[in-house]
Amino acid sequence: MEKDEQEPTMSEPTKTKYDRQLRIWGEVGQAALENASICLLNCGPTGSEALKNLVLGGIGSITVVDGSKVEIGDLGNNFMVDKKSVGESKAKTVCAFLQELNDAVRANFVEENPDSLILTDPSFFSQFTLVIATQLVEDSMVKLDRICREANVMLVFARSYGLTGLVRISVKEHTIIDSKPDHFLDDLRLNNPWPELKRFVETIDLKTPDPIAYKHIPYVVILVKMADEWAKTHSSNLPSTREEKREFKDLVKSKMVSMDEDNYKEAVEATFKVFAPRGISKEIQEIIDDRYAEVGSNSSAFWVMVAALKEFVSNEGDGEAPLEGSMPDMTSSTEHYINLQKIYHTKAEDDCLSMEQRVKDILAKVGRDPSSISKQTIKSFCKNARKLKVCRYRMIEDEFSNPSVTELQKCLASQDYSSAIGFYILLRAVDRFAATYNKFPGQFDGGDIEEDASRLRTIAPSVINEMGCDGYELPEELCNEMCRFGAAELHVVAAFIGGIASQEVIKLITKQFVPMLGTFVFNGIDHNSQSLTL
Amino acid sequence: MVLMDAPQSKSRDLDKLLLRSGNLVGPGFFPGTDLRDDIREYVRVLVVGAGGLGCELLKDLALSGFRNLDVIDMDRIEVTNLNRQFLFRLEDVGKPKAEVAAKRVMERVSGVEIVPHFSRIEDKELDFYNDFNIIALGLDSIEARRYINSVACGFLEYDEDDTPRSETIKPMVDGGTEGFKGHARVIVPGVTPCFECTIWLFPPQVKFPLCTLAETPRNAAHCIEYAHLIKWHEVHGGKSFDPDEPEHMKWVYDEATKRAELFGIPGVTYSLTQGVVKNIIPAIASTNAIISAACALETLKIVSGCSKTLANYLTYNGGEGLHTKVTEFERDKECLVCGPGILIELDTSITLQKFIDMLEEHPKLLLSKASVKHGKDSLYMQAPPVLEEMHRPNLSKPLYDLMGRIEKDTVHVFGTALKNEEKQSSLTKLRVVFKEVDGVADMDTATWRMNSKRKTPL
Repeated sequence: MEKDEQEPTMSEPTKTKYDRQLRIWGEVGQAALENASICLLNCGPTGSEALKNLVLGGIGSITVVDGSKVEIGDLGNNFMVDKKSVGESKAKTVCAFLQELNDAVRANFVEENPDSLILTDPSFFSQFTLVIATQLVEDSMVKLDRICREANVMLVFARSYGLTGLVRISVKEHTIIDSKPDHFLDDLRLNNPWPELKRFVETIDLKTPDPIAYKHIPYVVILVKMADEWAKTHSSNLPSTREEKREFKDLVKSKMVSMDEDNYKEAVEATFKVFAPRGISKEIQEIIDDRYAEVGSNSSAFWVMVAALKEFVSNEGDGEAPLEGSMPDMTSSTEHYINLQKIYHTKAEDDCLSMEQRVKDILAKVGRDPSSISKQTIKSFCKNARKLKVCRYRMIEDEFSNPSVTELQKCLASQDYSSAIGFYILLRAVDRFAATYNKFPGQFDGGDIEEDASRLRTIAPSVINEMGCDGYELPEELCNEMCRFGAAELHVVAAFIGGIASQEVIKLITKQFVPMLGTFVFNGIDHNSQSLTL
Repeated sequence: MVLMDAPQSKSRDLDKLLLRSGNLVGPGFFPGTDLRDDIREYVRVLVVGAGGLGCELLKDLALSGFRNLDVIDMDRIEVTNLNRQFLFRLEDVGKPKAEVAAKRVMERVSGVEIVPHFSRIEDKELDFYNDFNIIALGLDSIEARRYINSVACGFLEYDEDDTPRSETIKPMVDGGTEGFKGHARVIVPGVTPCFECTIWLFPPQVKFPLCTLAETPRNAAHCIEYAHLIKWHEVHGGKSFDPDEPEHMKWVYDEATKRAELFGIPGVTYSLTQGVVKNIIPAIASTNAIISAACALETLKIVSGCSKTLANYLTYNGGEGLHTKVTEFERDKECLVCGPGILIELDTSITLQKFIDMLEEHPKLLLSKASVKHGKDSLYMQAPPVLEEMHRPNLSKPLYDLMGRIEKDTVHVFGTALKNEEKQSSLTKLRVVFKEVDGVADMDTATWRMNSKRKTPL
């Protein structure tokens, strides 16, 4: 059963402190962050920096798990430990620093080695909203992934290793209503106007003799009218061939009488909206065709609403999703603009009411309380119906044991992707090395480095073989660099990786914006980082 | 992690990069304790800005082996900074950012010295900037970036074959963020494009047309800007609007609300009013951390050579998935800020009038009606008439004298040039070099060369 989102109340001082981020994810997003509990595994700089960004943002609670003591070497890469803390529990020290950053956050620590905890107490993780697992080796990653999948706890892996590193989300399914894409076409329906819009457009005379009025007719009116006239003389079709589109555009241009008619200029630039295909996008079609849209009593609110959307599109929507309802700004008299706005607003509301009814009916049909999904949630869903996203992530062990060979081959062959896939493979190879030799290649100075490098150069191809690609070798210089890194956790790389991890956590918890897909592999040499989906 | 006996060195992790030789490294990389110790002892880095990026930069640089840092920022701490500028606490509100930031980092990272400068970047002597090996920018305005860029590029000198002289190159690393987006770039004057070379990357800020604000407002922002830009002056006459004055902001909000009601426009809130008037950029800790880390990493690599560097512009977008892209932009060889400027060699007796006449005939310039500026001094202005008259006496004086009798310097000339058969306004940078030789100036397409034995172009 989906928990309804209450309108949160925030005190004025808090609103001010968080002002710059409230402008991004709003009070609803902030409330989600403040209700979340995060577990961090290993508090070297990678984990500490990730957590720092979340604490500053007002995350609800943090639990730092690390069994190690602060060493002198930590003073050189971790801002949250200092001279006084050498010899003390690192988890305790980092936790104290983070608590000081924001006293609204509940900060706890557990002095235990995460690898052991994963083995001995898997149920520990069920209490959290999300686990950030840093600096884990392959074996622990796989085990933790199983535990978190089972317990339905979100998981983000982050690792810094010399000048490389990775970030990977592992969640069964993450659905997004408020995806907030950077650029998305407005929903003006110039290619498919509904009766009320048509009727309003008819009340405006394009041929008005008043030049002021002429240049303040909004382009929506101009284009709907002209598209209608065109359709009348083209067997009810809109311009579709390249010639027709050009002809239509020229027709609009020809209506310009003087140079200062911004509304006609905008109309000419917006003609593509008339030609745009009607109906829902391929991506939304895939979502409504998804098997999860066949809802049952356990379905999440998202899928129940998708089921309602499917019905809406096939019935009163007539192929279209509910109208989004807003208009971009455009040259217009205030009166025309406000009136048009009302028409869009009214239709959006009507569509939303239909959706509401359908949602209630579906809930009742599957034996749930028809009012368990709030009007507000449905309204947000309708507004964002064209922008929905579903993210699914493979389990780590599946990716490791059964990667997409075509993707792998493409990456190995591509110049752009070669260092990213190289580091991805080497990160797995160094874990194999460590399992065999009880240290990472190049971890210690001295004559060993050469020997470690040649061992690593043997292990790497065997990893590739296991992944299903024969006969590939990684560039020697990349292997040697990996050896040079010697598992160093550099502060700047940790801050970068930790920054990315924290940003993904925010997107996952606020359920706004779109989280990364695949594994982000960092390349600190030339910044040619890539995301690999294997 | 595998636990074994680790050496007890503070730079346990950095040593792997600085002490070990590598494969994909910068030119002139000499790994070893000398390199590490030289960075600690001698390298000076200036961090410009102690805000969202600056705080992160100071921490990142302090934990990357740098011991001598300076930070400059003219602002004081505000409550709205606290969601990301992690060196500041509630009790610090009102104090100078540079001072608190420096103090906090020095408290936590022993051995690092940070000198704070609570001042405007323009108030520092140019020599101040020349003392640093590299400058890291954490700024939030184009103007400030342009200023530092022009200062750093101003140190750049070229030799006779138009090659930048390496000891005059002052590298910069520049970062910027907005919400989930950001960029990090490396600027090596004379080698990579400078900020000015790629000024076209920053499109001009969109402003609302006045007639929209005055006559046909359609949304809340129009109503707000009407109150802020039009109504304020109508009612308050000469008094300037102060966005940090809550009473001024409230007035704008109230007026905007009235106007919105009049036109039936929804959406005016106090928060939106502040956002529109102050042009508030949403900001979060994570993006700042990411971009600063990239900048600090480049700083470490440029100074030490321990790895190859970013070439030369990284764009970052973390809102829709995660996207990073590296673009290698090219220098504008004619850049007025980092370019060498067209070389002009002159006799010390040439008058300013003769010089201006020569510009018209110079094949690369074809500049007519030129005004001439030497540093901050206008030597001659074609317009307006009152200034033209004021500078007219200079025309008969030797340019050499007007420029202070120095052997060479940069001069900027502005006039009408014939480019692609079209007349265009043109501002050009010239490198004027004086030679103590008799004779008449000759011309050729590459340079003007004063040579008493030649009467034809070289």
